[in-house]
Amino acid sequence: MSKKVIGQKKPKIDGMALATGKPAYTDDIANPNALVVKLLRSPHAFARIKSIDTSRAEKLDGVEAFFTYKDVPQTRFTLAGQSNPEVSPYDRLILDELVRYVGDEVAIVAATDEKTALKALKLIKVAYEVLDPVLDFEQAADNPTVVHPEDNVHLNFEIGMEKSKNIVATDIQVVGDIDKELSKCDVVTEGVYYPQAQAHAMMETYRAYTYMDPFGQIVVVSSTQVPFHLRRHVARALELPMSKVRVIKPRIGGGFGGKQTVSGDLFAAFVTYKTGKPAKIIYDRQETFTCTTSRHAMRLKVRIGADQEGFIRVIDLDVLSDTGAYGEHASTVLGCVGHYTLPLYSKMRAIRFVGHAVYTNKMPAGAFRGYGATQGTFALESTINKLAHELGMDPTELRLKNIIREGETALHWEDGTRLGSTALDRCIRKGKEMIGWEEKGLRRRVGPHKVRGLGMAVTMQGSGIAYIDTASAEIRLNDMGDYVLMHGATDNGMGADTILAQMAAEVLETEMDHIIVRSLDTDYSPYDPGSYASSGTYVSGSAVVKAAENLKVKILEEAAHYLEVPVGEVELTKEAVHWVPNAGEDRLNGDANPKPKAVSLVELAERSVLGSGKNQLVGQATFGSEISPPPYVAGFAEVEVDQETGKVDLIQFVAVADCGTVINPNLARIQVEGGVAQGIGMALYEDVKYDKQGRMLSDSFMQYKIPTRKDVGTIRVAFEESYEPTGPFGAKSVGEVVANTPAPAITEAVYNAVGVRVTDLPITPEKLFMRMSEQNS
Amino acid sequence: MFTIRELVQPETLEEAYSTLISRNPNTVLGGCAFLKMGSKRIGTAIDLSSPKLGLKGIREEADRFEIGAMTTLREIETYPAFQEFYQGILPQAVRDIIGVQFRNSVTVGASVFSRYGFSDLITALLALNAEVELFHGGRMSLQAFLDKPYEKDILVKVRLQKNERKASYQSLRNSVSDYAILNVAVSELQGQWRIVVGARPQRAKLAERASQKLSELAGENGALRNNDENALKQLEDIAKIAAEELAFGTNMRGSAEYRQAVCPVLVKRALMEVLK
Amino acid sequence: MKIEFTINGKKAAWDVAPDDLLADTLRAHGFLSVKKACNTSCCGLCTVWVDGQPTLSCTMLSARANGKTITTLEGVQMEAEEFAKILTSEGAEQCGFCSPGFVMNVLAMKKELKNPTDEEIIHYLTGNLCRCTGYMGQLRAVKTYLGVNSAQ
Repeated sequence: MSKKVIGQKKPKIDGMALATGKPAYTDDIANPNALVVKLLRSPHAFARIKSIDTSRAEKLDGVEAFFTYKDVPQTRFTLAGQSNPEVSPYDRLILDELVRYVGDEVAIVAATDEKTALKALKLIKVAYEVLDPVLDFEQAADNPTVVHPEDNVHLNFEIGMEKSKNIVATDIQVVGDIDKELSKCDVVTEGVYYPQAQAHAMMETYRAYTYMDPFGQIVVVSSTQVPFHLRRHVARALELPMSKVRVIKPRIGGGFGGKQTVSGDLFAAFVTYKTGKPAKIIYDRQETFTCTTSRHAMRLKVRIGADQEGFIRVIDLDVLSDTGAYGEHASTVLGCVGHYTLPLYSKMRAIRFVGHAVYTNKMPAGAFRGYGATQGTFALESTINKLAHELGMDPTELRLKNIIREGETALHWEDGTRLGSTALDRCIRKGKEMIGWEEKGLRRRVGPHKVRGLGMAVTMQGSGIAYIDTASAEIRLNDMGDYVLMHGATDNGMGADTILAQMAAEVLETEMDHIIVRSLDTDYSPYDPGSYASSGTYVSGSAVVKAAENLKVKILEEAAHYLEVPVGEVELTKEAVHWVPNAGEDRLNGDANPKPKAVSLVELAERSVLGSGKNQLVGQATFGSEISPPPYVAGFAEVEVDQETGKVDLIQFVAVADCGTVINPNLARIQVEGGVAQGIGMALYEDVKYDKQGRMLSDSFMQYKIPTRKDVGTIRVAFEESYEPTGPFGAKSVGEVVANTPAPAITEAVYNAVGVRVTDLPITPEKLFMRMSEQNS
Repeated sequence: MFTIRELVQPETLEEAYSTLISRNPNTVLGGCAFLKMGSKRIGTAIDLSSPKLGLKGIREEADRFEIGAMTTLREIETYPAFQEFYQGILPQAVRDIIGVQFRNSVTVGASVFSRYGFSDLITALLALNAEVELFHGGRMSLQAFLDKPYEKDILVKVRLQKNERKASYQSLRNSVSDYAILNVAVSELQGQWRIVVGARPQRAKLAERASQKLSELAGENGALRNNDENALKQLEDIAKIAAEELAFGTNMRGSAEYRQAVCPVLVKRALMEVLK
Repeated sequence: MKIEFTINGKKAAWDVAPDDLLADTLRAHGFLSVKKACNTSCCGLCTVWVDGQPTLSCTMLSARANGKTITTLEGVQMEAEEFAKILTSEGAEQCGFCSPGFVMNVLAMKKELKNPTDEEIIHYLTGNLCRCTGYMGQLRAVKTYLGVNSAQ
């Protein structure tokens, strides 16, 4: 069946408004009279507050409220954007007597304007008992410092926490006999990798605007990826009944997982709760860098065993993950390191995954596009590239020999799940062709001191979280024949609202401008976990398709009833429902050649809301999946290395993606290009750095360099579609998988160029220069 | 958070200067790009952008260029004569500084007067043997200004002799628009060479021994221009001298060790470009 | 202090504090297209035109707008729409938060550069950061807008 809307390059439905600067974001719609909330933050990595003197600050004209740890509820909670009950420790208070990293909140100030609030912060005097911090995550376990000494940390599940050793979570999976299988391998390749912490650096910093509505509800207008989870966390932290909190998500200026962890919302909500007044909190760029979350820095020890023909038989992965001061996504990110790497290869006989996540006195780590897969892919794919050298095999051939194929299962999937769709083999072949793999060769000299290298890597992710992510959608036929689609997929810029409207339009045989998309208000929108885990297209999309199908059936039934024809013989079009009788057959009234008839959608809709019809038509569906179909990417890098300075220039990056059916080629392409650019940043430029006292040095765009448009070379994208039988129109996810290949592909290209394999990111000129010098001496 | 109690837009330099020295917290404003990153408490902020002061823009005289203090880096970048003079090193030196909007804001006066260690412009100007004119301190070489202890004053203009000086600017950056890990400018006029290294990360400095040695060497024979191994070896030796005589430090962008190690590379490349 | 200036073609006289920054002042007066994202003068989101030159409004003291002509995206809606149609047809606005500053700089570039090469376009726009798109779609859109699309 040919598609009318699916597969079309539809512009984003909010695009023109955003690109012409219309007010659409949280701060654009906040009440200008809202109190400005600012936070006093700890200058110490670990300290106990001995006293806080706010008396001078309180005398300041315009200061409306002050709160310290003595003023806040004592129920511990998590800020993780995860389904209830969360796999995250409840290890936070709104304000705590113990501050656990430089930037941890000490006091809340609300004032009538920003300058006054900032002035007030300076007048607060705090005495601290400074404690020894643990800053090196490799020294966190068995450290005399315990980051969370309190005894009321709550866990919903057993996650392998050993709080006295700063271990937040432990994850162990062993399938098969590692030692025995390794002993049978002809080649065993090892490596230790250190993917760094990375900042999300979305352009719109964290912000929220809160007010009390006439019904006594606290309304939180927030730049969030997780409105329903945010609502729950606010209610729990403030000890309010759930029905007293409502979250509205306007347009969002990017998230990348950062806004999957709640940030300043609670402080503004608390001010509104206490004062009854509207309040607004906007994190500045420095707070966004230093007081929110980053990607987890990790140490990954990898051992891969293969036989002489190049079949990968064993993967042994030991992971240590730095979750910083709070454990929001500690356990789940850790698990995903294995979940989204180990099932890439299907010829294995044994796997072992041993993972620990530890607390340190640094900014918390959180969700970040790729969610553990990025770090795991860097380590695993780098080691497989190394294996290819040791085997003397082309790395693409090594992948093609080992990657999982449709219908196969992976050792990691202990429930025996079989893969529904993959085009990774085609992605690899296409990528080779696009980058000129065969013609160029892996290394070639282009100048007296310039060498170019090629490198590649493959990756997978999931599409939603199996058994957990469950989204609902509703579509209503409005009184005049148009539709309103209500969903909770939480578009934060990528175009979820648009592609969901495309799906609804396709099912309802209509055009997109006949569909109003409303999202998101927790009082009106059907439940959705939010925008994370690559769930928008697959999970929310499936819910929308089912809701639209549900509505379509109702429309057809209603129309058939009205037209007095069998429901099986009516067809929905953009304008009407038609009865198209099969000519010659005996029909109603015994007429052998009945005339086609139709009822317009407008008439049908009008009837549905009038006395005569009394049946407004609403389609509804909830979707959850027992599987999380993996999308795939094959990434290829071409770099040029200046051998005299160590500077790496990325010439081009080719990414070929299998996200199943491409719903919107433009938006999917931009997802790939943007994700690749973030991966390039991680490979070459971005680094969250601390000083010896635990103060973050990389706290601005001056000191933390995200790639500019001169730094990304040429990013070229292609799609190799597979058809995912469980996905909406055959689609899988695309949002996260795209960030994973640049780091391993670029490090491999650099290795091929100059013979140095960088295992700790990013590949700075200095690092490469020093290691080339070591190698040459 | 910075604060400004009062802002004035004086119409004469005398007035500006007397306001500046009247109270300690009084400050001359440049392009203000870094103002909000600090927590300066400014009494009277002195804005020198009144057209009556004539500090904005580049003036071309028969023998020199005069760059007004309020001239933006973008004006340097796009000024037609600077594309040709000194082999275009002035536009080259400023073109990678953040972006067009930034360079439309920041001024030559503030860049030079603030003596920022990371400055790309100072490195190039020093290699070109520029002069500065201070309202109170008068005219002096940029070199002398940089060596002089800080004193409140108003930088009025930067002067550059029009001549056949050949020059090259080299910088090493990781991300293209980042501050340089190291920058180098080299120039040659009538056999006299100047090798300047900046972003060490301390401010730009003339490598005196290397410059002198090279000037001597170049005077002795023209063989340096031969594109042969012997010439290259001599240039490399000069570049090494520069790296040895200068001090290097460590900051987030690079260690002293690395800076010292790549300094000869940039110097050599600059020398080769000038000799080309 | 009072400043008198032209904003989007209209004369205005506003009261500002000596340490107010133009981006904040503009937002406070309802010019909400102006976005702020860095505080260190290096992201380009707050780009407005000062006497026709693209300038960082978060870096400029409001007092210095005195006597100047300021243009925000609200003041060039027709041109903005023409480019935005192309930008959105590439999907390259994405979250849209950097779009106003980006669009202001693209429109300024169009006035300043004739038939620019890819390198010249990229150079002119380097001061506009974007974290969503990877910049390729923006380049495609700009080239279409400038009618210099033959190269790719």
